[in-house]
Amino acid sequence: MLASSYKDEDGHISVSGSGAAAAAGGGSLRNKKPENTAFKQQRLPAWQPILTAGTVLPAFFIIGLIFIPIGIGLYVTSNNIKEIEIDYTGVDMSSPCFNCSQNFSWNSTKSCTCSIPFQLDQPYESNVFMYYGLSNFYQNHRRYVKSRDDSQLNGNEESLRSPSKECEPYARHDNKPIAPCGAIANSMFNDTLELFYNDPNGTKVQVPLTATEIAWWTDKHVKFRNPGGEGSDLAAAFQGTTKPVNWRRPVYELDSDPNNNGFINEDFIVWMRTAALPTFRKLYRIIQRRNNLLPTLPRGNYTLEVVYNYPVRSFEGRKRMILSTISWMGGKNPFLGIAYITVGSICFLLGIVLLIIHHKYGNRNNGADVSH
Amino acid sequence: MGMDFSTLRTLINRYCAGEENCVDTRTVYIGHKQPPPGTEAFIQQRFPDNRIVSSKYTFWNFIPKNMFEQFRRVANFYFLIIFLVQLIIDTPTSPITSGLPLFFVIIVTAIKQGYEDWLRHKADNSVNKCPVHVVEHGKVVRKQSRKLRVGDVVFVEEDEVFPCDLILLSSSRDDGTCYVTTASLDGESSHKTYHAVQDTKAYKTEEEVNCIHATIDCEQPQPDLYKFRGNINIYMGSEPVSRSLASQNLLLRGATLKNTQYIYGVAIYTGMETKMALNYQSKSQKRSAVEKSMNAYLVVYLCILISKAIINTAMKYVWQADPNRDEPFYNGKTETERQRHVLIRAFTDFLAFMVLFNYIIPVSMYVTVEMQKFLGSYFIMWDDEMFDEELRERAVVNTSDLNEELGQVEYVFTDKTGTLTENNMEFIECCVDGNVYVPHVICNGQVMPGASGIDMIDTSPGPDAREREELFFRALCLCHTVQVKEEETVDGIKHGIHQGKSSSFYISSSPDEVALVEGMKRLGFTYLRLKDGHMEILNREDEIERFELLEVLTFDSVRRRMSVIVRSSKGELYLFCKGADSSIFPRVISGKVEQVKARVERNAVEGLRTLCVAYRPLSTEQYEQVCHLLTRAKLEFQDQDKLVAEAYDLIERDLILLGATAVEDRLQEKAADTIESLHKAGMKVWVLTGDKMETAAATCYASKLFRRSTQILELTTKRTEEQSLHDVLFELSRTVLRHYGAMPRDTSSGLSGEYTDYGLIIDGATLSAVMRPSQEDSNSGNYKEIFLEICRNCSAVLCCRMAPLQKAQIVKMIKASKEHPITLAIGDGANDVSMILEAHVGIGIMGKEGRQAVRNSDYAIPKFKHLKKMLLVHGHYYYIRISELVQYFFYKNVCFIFPQFLYQFFCGFSQQPLYDTAYLTLYNISFTSLPILLYSLMEQHINMEILKKEPSLYRDIAKNSLLTWPIFIYWTVLGVYDAIVMFFGAYFLFDNTTFTSNGQMFGNWTFGTLVFTVLVFTVTFKLALDTHYWTWINHFVIWGSLVFFVVFSLLWGGIIWPFLNYQRMYYVFMQMLSSGPAWLSIILLITASLLPDVVKKVFWRSLWPTTTEQIQTKRRCLASEPSTIFMLSQTSSRISF
Repeated sequence: MLASSYKDEDGHISVSGSGAAAAAGGGSLRNKKPENTAFKQQRLPAWQPILTAGTVLPAFFIIGLIFIPIGIGLYVTSNNIKEIEIDYTGVDMSSPCFNCSQNFSWNSTKSCTCSIPFQLDQPYESNVFMYYGLSNFYQNHRRYVKSRDDSQLNGNEESLRSPSKECEPYARHDNKPIAPCGAIANSMFNDTLELFYNDPNGTKVQVPLTATEIAWWTDKHVKFRNPGGEGSDLAAAFQGTTKPVNWRRPVYELDSDPNNNGFINEDFIVWMRTAALPTFRKLYRIIQRRNNLLPTLPRGNYTLEVVYNYPVRSFEGRKRMILSTISWMGGKNPFLGIAYITVGSICFLLGIVLLIIHHKYGNRNNGADVSH
Repeated sequence: MGMDFSTLRTLINRYCAGEENCVDTRTVYIGHKQPPPGTEAFIQQRFPDNRIVSSKYTFWNFIPKNMFEQFRRVANFYFLIIFLVQLIIDTPTSPITSGLPLFFVIIVTAIKQGYEDWLRHKADNSVNKCPVHVVEHGKVVRKQSRKLRVGDVVFVEEDEVFPCDLILLSSSRDDGTCYVTTASLDGESSHKTYHAVQDTKAYKTEEEVNCIHATIDCEQPQPDLYKFRGNINIYMGSEPVSRSLASQNLLLRGATLKNTQYIYGVAIYTGMETKMALNYQSKSQKRSAVEKSMNAYLVVYLCILISKAIINTAMKYVWQADPNRDEPFYNGKTETERQRHVLIRAFTDFLAFMVLFNYIIPVSMYVTVEMQKFLGSYFIMWDDEMFDEELRERAVVNTSDLNEELGQVEYVFTDKTGTLTENNMEFIECCVDGNVYVPHVICNGQVMPGASGIDMIDTSPGPDAREREELFFRALCLCHTVQVKEEETVDGIKHGIHQGKSSSFYISSSPDEVALVEGMKRLGFTYLRLKDGHMEILNREDEIERFELLEVLTFDSVRRRMSVIVRSSKGELYLFCKGADSSIFPRVISGKVEQVKARVERNAVEGLRTLCVAYRPLSTEQYEQVCHLLTRAKLEFQDQDKLVAEAYDLIERDLILLGATAVEDRLQEKAADTIESLHKAGMKVWVLTGDKMETAAATCYASKLFRRSTQILELTTKRTEEQSLHDVLFELSRTVLRHYGAMPRDTSSGLSGEYTDYGLIIDGATLSAVMRPSQEDSNSGNYKEIFLEICRNCSAVLCCRMAPLQKAQIVKMIKASKEHPITLAIGDGANDVSMILEAHVGIGIMGKEGRQAVRNSDYAIPKFKHLKKMLLVHGHYYYIRISELVQYFFYKNVCFIFPQFLYQFFCGFSQQPLYDTAYLTLYNISFTSLPILLYSLMEQHINMEILKKEPSLYRDIAKNSLLTWPIFIYWTVLGVYDAIVMFFGAYFLFDNTTFTSNGQMFGNWTFGTLVFTVLVFTVTFKLALDTHYWTWINHFVIWGSLVFFVVFSLLWGGIIWPFLNYQRMYYVFMQMLSSGPAWLSIILLITASLLPDVVKKVFWRSLWPTTTEQIQTKRRCLASEPSTIFMLSQTSSRISF
């Protein structure tokens, strides 16, 4: 700037006299006039709303009037859902599973079973969903969440042989790649839950449980795939890999049904979808409604038979079995209904307060404006 | 040495503002010749060469220095650290997410700055390499300018620029004078006369000049353009001769030689030590108040970020104390992780949390702010109303960093000539003994000489009066310092002026004088030229009258008059005197004082610049006495100024009043309206001018800066001569404060008409006395404070007789005062550059005095009137827009990151991100960036016309009111509230239950996606609620980004992406949308998040509306009235009663 200012000394003479004025500054006569468009002149047509008491009032009332009925509806729906939760961790001495939980060892080949009797006070209509629930289990821990290899699970041969380093320290065992690798797969829930109806006549009827459609359709059919393509021999496809350390059986022996075996085993897929919070439930089985006349689970006494494999007491976890019916809005959750009622009522109340304010001060403002 | 050292010291202290290093002298050997032995030995000093350096970087240091400068910005440094951390440790997010945007920004900035510096290098080079002529060994040699050294004898030809500060040795003129314009230095466009050293002026060829054997002692360089003291010792006769040197011997770098064929001078200050370079203030980076607030917020958020990270780290280790939590059987660590030292682990955890939360301070905010500023500045350039048809110029934006500062201006410092006024003097009338003469045709120069061109307003004059009248005209033709711009050919001169052709014109330091001489020409008396000490006038009868010019008693601001002593061809001696009425009337002994006085007052009220003319016939004895007085005064060196003033005082007395003149400097179009608007908008307007007080005051009245009701306080040399500065200051402050105390300002009514405002007039000399740092007197230290106190209570201040640097000093002083107000300086000339650079916002007017102000300004406008729209409309909009932009950005990132912080409490403090990487990266880049960018470009909370009509709305945003801490805290709290609603809303929905109708469960990514969906919609709707101006672009962008988010999410989850090593988002979004409760909860959470803000807005608007809001509501009512006839009839019925 200094240098350039140095050169500048053109025409600073206070010029007077006839006719010398025209020359000044006439060098650049190009048209510098800005375009007169609405955009450039910031005059685009516009809607200019203002949030005043008058405009917001009806909105508040409308929100209130819509939200409160929705909330009531949700609340009622939620209350109509039947749900029973049975904790079978075996913390108490009195608990039937106490022994199983005490004598746990990863190496034991003998499985420990325990059976918990419970009672349903009401009949469960329509389909009943059976969940297992874990508490204090941090499936959302960062180290845990990332410890998987999605491309291996998608059937990629290369990833099968050399799992991603994200799976460490569950990537290799005995110099063989682990399939499926990673902490999530390794810690898969392996209790077996079975349900028996104690018929009043003394017989014990096993309740049929469906193990399909418990995972997302897209997961089962797209995201998870067995290596080697469809219909081939699974054991051969997994040749050269080893089972996860904590598993008892290799992945290709999870189920006898070839469509529910290997990576596309639905129990496995459900487990692989990591839960958001440390207390979570996962869908285990579905009890299909057989007969339109009879309830799916009639009122009465039941027994839950557990093959107790999964240790949770080391980290003070809990295991539960949940039976629940489902409405269009899912399981039992009064929160949404209450929240809707609350927000709706607040809006309604605010609407009334605003109405008062608008009545008192709105007039004043208008009056002031008019006299202005 | 002949100089009194203490005088020098005080002098220097006075003008160097106490800088220590200039208390010294330097000795220069002319032509590098050593002084003869026996003289006092001087220590040889090293002087810099004549190189001018304005560039910042060299080729070698560019990359390190530029990188250093860039990373000195807090934000850049922060992002660099985050990036490095992501590179080094295992972090939850990929380094690309923060690295890419950062390096894009850094590289673009570096390229821009590099290019600018390259341009500076080029300019420097062209100056440093331009050839100059130096006398070496008796020959003129061409040299590059940068090789010039102190002591070189330089040869400069006409119309060349002086390459450094020179002492004039000799010139082509016999009397050793030369003419110079210093327009590019101080804006004065006149030709000034400089004098050669008496003893060397006869040395006119290079051989002769080479023989000069002398040394110069002078002070070290100092920035005051008009002060110079030195001594020259000449060793050529038998006795060494010592002469004093003053500023009239010093030719300044940057000035141009005019009307003189050539000069020889010796370089005494070179390169960066020249007065021009010292006056040059580097165009330092100006930062706006908004940017400062932004940096403050940044620090707050940085603290929040760090405390979040620390809290989480600490919590993590507390929580992990139980090994079964740290490493449960299902979640083993690798061997390397286990072996890491606990402190290292803790530190990496801390860093990982930092990285996880770092999005709270997004790079994109800086990019968006830059883009908003850059794109937004186009609206200023595009503005049709700021286009001037006459100049065919539109507003220019030189820096876009300060757009919003235009909405924050509290002090406006304006130049007068050329800014408030057209700088186009016009002779309006003259009044001789009460008879008023008005030239018939005012323009075009087509006036016929003779009586026909004169309009007699009063009674026809008698023969005696006619004589007086002609004497008056002659007086005006003689009493001036106007030069005639000569033609190339000597013959043409007479012809040219006689014919009134455009070929020749008058030049003077004062445009008034030109106007007067021009006016006389139209009234029949034409000043031809000054030749051989004789002034030639062409009278009405086309005869040439010759007057010998004996003495010129030059104008100065204290006397406020000038005189000439001439001898007519008949041998009569006259003293003609012309000056301000206040300085002439007391010295008049006869003449029709009353009539003239009345006329002068009438004209002054109209804002015309008036001058009175008087004369005094001198007898030969009187003249000799005068000569004696003057020569004695001029010989004296010590107190020359004082003695000369005394001599002038003795000479200019017993005058006979002839009449008065009136010249108009027309105000710029709508200048008064603009100033009035600025006043109403709460700005204080100061006029800083080099002009004299009366003229400036007249302009101030005309431009409504001072109103009739304004009480004028004067703080001028005249007054401080009578009383001490101390007394004057205290008296004024008492006046002001008494009034202030008695009548406390009614803040609610804002504009109270009863409030009598004060106007202050201060002149340069007094100002420098006020600002002089205290030394002996402890009391004087607070002069500045008292002065500032007075100024604060004055609505308008006029500073006259200002040197360019003084203008900057004033601006600096106000800037540094305790409220730290935002200042704006506006000017058109080179003399305004220093204040334009100093002020927070510098505005250049595309005036007549070159483009220098424009080039150094931040914004340039064609006319002063455009300032109104610039500040009241553009400034207001930009401020509103950018403050919303800044607040909103912080808000949306609190909303974004706070749930992630909360999530840590539910995932074992493991730094698990709540959102997917794609969401983390794109949230600020694409989902929420465009709506706010477009908002910050388009928002108009109030219509443009209303902003112009109601300048007081400007007060609503004064003092950075939208970026105060309470508002910032409100936004942050709102963000935290929204985050809590979103997170816990989702939490309770997910809490140990399912919300699908097929009983299947959702995982953590669905949880994050639900929160994120609510988040994106909430922050976008929040912006929609804040938008007052919905053009189709706003609609498009706001709804468009929401649609984009949905489409992106569908796409992102709809495909197994082959290049990703995880597929965690596969079908997550679609599964979520397939669930009814998810929809319901999204709607609920959005409503709940927005509710408090809406309520707050509505309540505040109803209960405590700001002026802005009142006007918005009013306008709305007016707009809705036609449609709701019922309401209309109701209101009208109410009015009627």
